[in-house]
Amino acid sequence: MSDLPFLRCENLQKWYGGVHALKDVTLEFGRGAEVVGLLGDNGAGKSTLIKILSGAHRPDTGRILIDGAPARIRSPRDSMNLGIETIYQYTAMAPQMSIARNIFIGREPTRFNWLGPLGLLDRKMMNRVALQALRDVDLHLRSADTPVEELSGGERQGVAIARAMHFRSKMLILDEPTNHLSLKETTKVLDYVAALRTQGVSSIFISHNLHHIYPIADRMIVMARGAVVAELNRGDLSIEEVARLIV
Amino acid sequence: MSQPAPGATVTSPGGQRRRALTKRLLLLPEISGIVLLVLVTTGFAIVAPAFLSMRSVVNILNIMPELGLVALGTTILIIAGEFDLSVGSVFALVPMVMLWLVNLGVPPAAAMALSLIVGMAIGAANGYITLHFAIPSFITTLGMLFIARSLAVILSNLAPPAFPPGMPVDFLVARIDRFQVSVIWLLVICVVAAVILHRTKIGNWIYATGGAQQAARDMGINTRAVKLSCFAACSLLAGFAGMIQTFRMQAPMASAGDGIELQAIAGAVIGGTALTGGVGSVLGALLGTILLRVIDTGMTMSRVDANWFQLAIGVLTVLSVVVNVVIRGRAARMRA
Repeated sequence: MSDLPFLRCENLQKWYGGVHALKDVTLEFGRGAEVVGLLGDNGAGKSTLIKILSGAHRPDTGRILIDGAPARIRSPRDSMNLGIETIYQYTAMAPQMSIARNIFIGREPTRFNWLGPLGLLDRKMMNRVALQALRDVDLHLRSADTPVEELSGGERQGVAIARAMHFRSKMLILDEPTNHLSLKETTKVLDYVAALRTQGVSSIFISHNLHHIYPIADRMIVMARGAVVAELNRGDLSIEEVARLIV
Repeated sequence: MSQPAPGATVTSPGGQRRRALTKRLLLLPEISGIVLLVLVTTGFAIVAPAFLSMRSVVNILNIMPELGLVALGTTILIIAGEFDLSVGSVFALVPMVMLWLVNLGVPPAAAMALSLIVGMAIGAANGYITLHFAIPSFITTLGMLFIARSLAVILSNLAPPAFPPGMPVDFLVARIDRFQVSVIWLLVICVVAAVILHRTKIGNWIYATGGAQQAARDMGINTRAVKLSCFAACSLLAGFAGMIQTFRMQAPMASAGDGIELQAIAGAVIGGTALTGGVGSVLGALLGTILLRVIDTGMTMSRVDANWFQLAIGVLTVLSVVVNVVIRGRAARMRA
């Protein structure tokens, strides 16, 4: 395994009006297949950093390198094309649409591809692949035709994870994926993240719940007031010591 | 209630499947439109037996395309999460532009094409202003309602009131037996729209954009482009519908389509379109239109004073949504 990290961001800065949301952040993610926990209180800059990596916002200064080469992330599509999948804090789904349609939003498999946006959906394939993707994350639903609004919160997050896992190539960003989940569902999500490593996929796991991150993270990055305040390897500090760093 | 009702039998797999199917059916957004259409048609058939005659059915079909196309465009745009109040004015303006061009010496076919492009451009302008300045489409298109209507009146004063000879009238309103060709246009356009909306990529994007814009954007969909195309399509369909009416009446009228925007919204809503976006169908738009047309024809044939028509539309619009909510509520509680 090379020493080159999958993703490196250098001197990222971001202002929102007068708020300096990100202060000269330089970080590396995905040294090999690793789980990086990103910690910090509200307003620490975690979300801003993630929004930049997933293409929702652009940094004011600084650059991003993918596999050592400068990369442009100007839209969510760019980020996905570079192999970064994001699981959002809110479940990024259209509730009235079916599971299969939600899994393939924006990346629908079509017949007659040359028709561009008018390409016909390959619905058979969508349903088959969707069910398989759900089974891969241990979610056994009867049909991929069910509207997402009929699922429980945990099942919805499961579909979001199945979607990201299906399209994942290099890195998965999970932004507070355990919010609003039951204890059992949370455990399941944590198991997925831990399993990613064995599948050769890196992940960035954002949470303000240290107890979710500490057991599975290979590294932890602590942010506060827009800057990185600590980078820790597994076992550097006890969970209590890390907790003290955050607040 | 976890206890089965006394006398309930153990569910067989077949019963289970049937119940699941019934539930799906009841959850269809078009369900109240279907129920109301059956009720209203039965009612008129009892009061005025001639209502079900071939002649009256042909009558209903022949005047359907104009409202139908406007309702279809409106439905598509509402699914994408936006509104267009200016369709009635565009309905009048587009044929007016066409006749004005013909009077200037432009060949009829070119004038038709150009005026339809004007219609589309108005929709695109609505969309651009709405999206670029992030203002409610209700406002943008309310403004356009006045602007386009005013332009239609101004143009009608420029053009001679007579319908010029040599217009390709047959293209849109020729009669095949007793049916007007515009019915075929409506059907073909509906089929195309249904395929696009329900079976293609962009159809999926339209529902996603209207149903959950942030999610659509985060999944890489260009929601602005999606909405802009829906604005343009809606306005284009309204202009085309206006052209059909002008050809049918063979007279340009600056007041054409007055109030049709609200009928179109009523039709869309009766057909199960959710004003919040993300829900609706081509079938629903058609159902809503048929229902409105059945009511005005049925009322005429039952010799009801025409002034009751608006009251009927009003009652029906509210009733359809209420029926939908009640049926869906029941269905959601069904075990399946």
